[in-house]
Amino acid sequence: MSFEIPDELGYLTTHEWARRENGTVRVGVSDFAQDELGDVVFVEFPETGEELTREAEFGVVESIKAVSDLYTPVSGTVADTNDALLDVPELVNDDPYGEGWMIEVEPADESEFEDLLSAEEYREQIE
Amino acid sequence: MALRESPLRAAHAASGATFTEFGGWEMPVEFESIHTEHASVRESVGKFDVSHMGEIEVSGPDAAALLDRLTTNDVTALDPGTAQYAMITDSRGTILDDTVVYRLPEWHDTGYLFVPNAGHDGETTTRWESHREEWALDATVENRTDDYAMIAVQGPDAAALLAGAVGDPGAGDVRELPRFGTTGETIADAACLVSRTGYTGEDGFEVVAPAREAGPVWDALDCQPCGLGARDTLRIEMGFLLSGQDFDPEENPRTPYEADVAFAVDLGTEFVGRDALARAKDTGVAERLVGFALDERGVPRAGYDIVDPDDADGTIADGAAPGSTTAESTTVGGEVIGTVTSGTVSPTLGEPIGLGYVPIEYAKPGTEIAVAIRGEPKEARVRATPFVDG
Repeated sequence: MSFEIPDELGYLTTHEWARRENGTVRVGVSDFAQDELGDVVFVEFPETGEELTREAEFGVVESIKAVSDLYTPVSGTVADTNDALLDVPELVNDDPYGEGWMIEVEPADESEFEDLLSAEEYREQIE
Repeated sequence: MALRESPLRAAHAASGATFTEFGGWEMPVEFESIHTEHASVRESVGKFDVSHMGEIEVSGPDAAALLDRLTTNDVTALDPGTAQYAMITDSRGTILDDTVVYRLPEWHDTGYLFVPNAGHDGETTTRWESHREEWALDATVENRTDDYAMIAVQGPDAAALLAGAVGDPGAGDVRELPRFGTTGETIADAACLVSRTGYTGEDGFEVVAPAREAGPVWDALDCQPCGLGARDTLRIEMGFLLSGQDFDPEENPRTPYEADVAFAVDLGTEFVGRDALARAKDTGVAERLVGFALDERGVPRAGYDIVDPDDADGTIADGAAPGSTTAESTTVGGEVIGTVTSGTVSPTLGEPIGLGYVPIEYAKPGTEIAVAIRGEPKEARVRATPFVDG
């Protein structure tokens, strides 16, 4: 099976992706992660304004089969959350890099982005 | 110990199924997606490989007597070609397993077949043999689990699909088979036992086929393959019990009255556990299995605590109300009153639902309870099952 792993994103080994957009960093889970989870039925994430530390838990995603913790790719303040997922959690399956995004972080230190796995490194990990 | 495998395992792997361990078997959990598979059964038809279910044949002059004394229902009431749901209980009335007992059609050489759950076939065969010796009954007990595949075809279109797959309807049109009726039919040149039974709440059939002919039979029943994931969401929507989870002789010992399956108990028959259950019925139960739905977002799962909602708001822990048992308070501030045994987000309703045991005073539909999810009490309400009209 082949998964979509966009080149321009940074990744954690725990399958979260991070994308830089106009000063903030958008965060979600990878195509591989959504496929492993199966039908997503619940997503829980922090409220806007909360401080997050890199690689600490920021929320939970649940499918019918499994409960999985979500980890923070870059430290910072939660600037926005994708509240559409509260009512339509299956967006994580349908469009993991688009409408299935989870939170937006105002990064405390932009250089942390460089520590994330590249698409190539992440692809090697899941293959 | 190596996991047991269905004769259809290679075919499932080739079709991209993912697998899970279940009752000592490696079985497909998902083929496409649990939601797609679930919807196919509710709306049209889907098929399940349930070869992990045991098949034990009982024949001989005392076959009915042996079965009647080891299951809670009235086996002597079965006509040829009919089946019944029953519990297997120990002398204390504790449920060991649940099963379907089939009296086979008259042309069949064997008198009875019964179907214990995954991984129970060995111990159940031993139980039958040792009681046969103890009671000096004349019956042959044979564990045929590895000789057969079992395929469930479920959904409103199941009868039409099966009728089309049956070669020569020698034993009659399967569409005319009554609920819990069982007959023989030829599918893909294989002699199969076809019963109008299932675990989904939909119309449907369970087909017992010779293991070496399982592949062609599976292919002939051409519809959406479904895994154990969808089997679980479908049965939870109906409030059907899962052996080893909603009851378990070691982890969660329950009587049929606690598990709310009194309909499967006939106290007018003599069986192991009968006297204990007669007393239990007189006494009444302290706890009972109920269905519930969350009023908040979340996913109830087996093992989560059910807590009292009145002191579950997290504030009561400081100024405890008179009479509240703070000693038993959990991190959420609510007294633990029970345990979730099954839970999911209902694909049909889009609501978080579950089954669990609560004190009898909480068992009435509409009663407010709460489920502790990661330390947070989530408001829930007892609801009558089935959650969905089958």
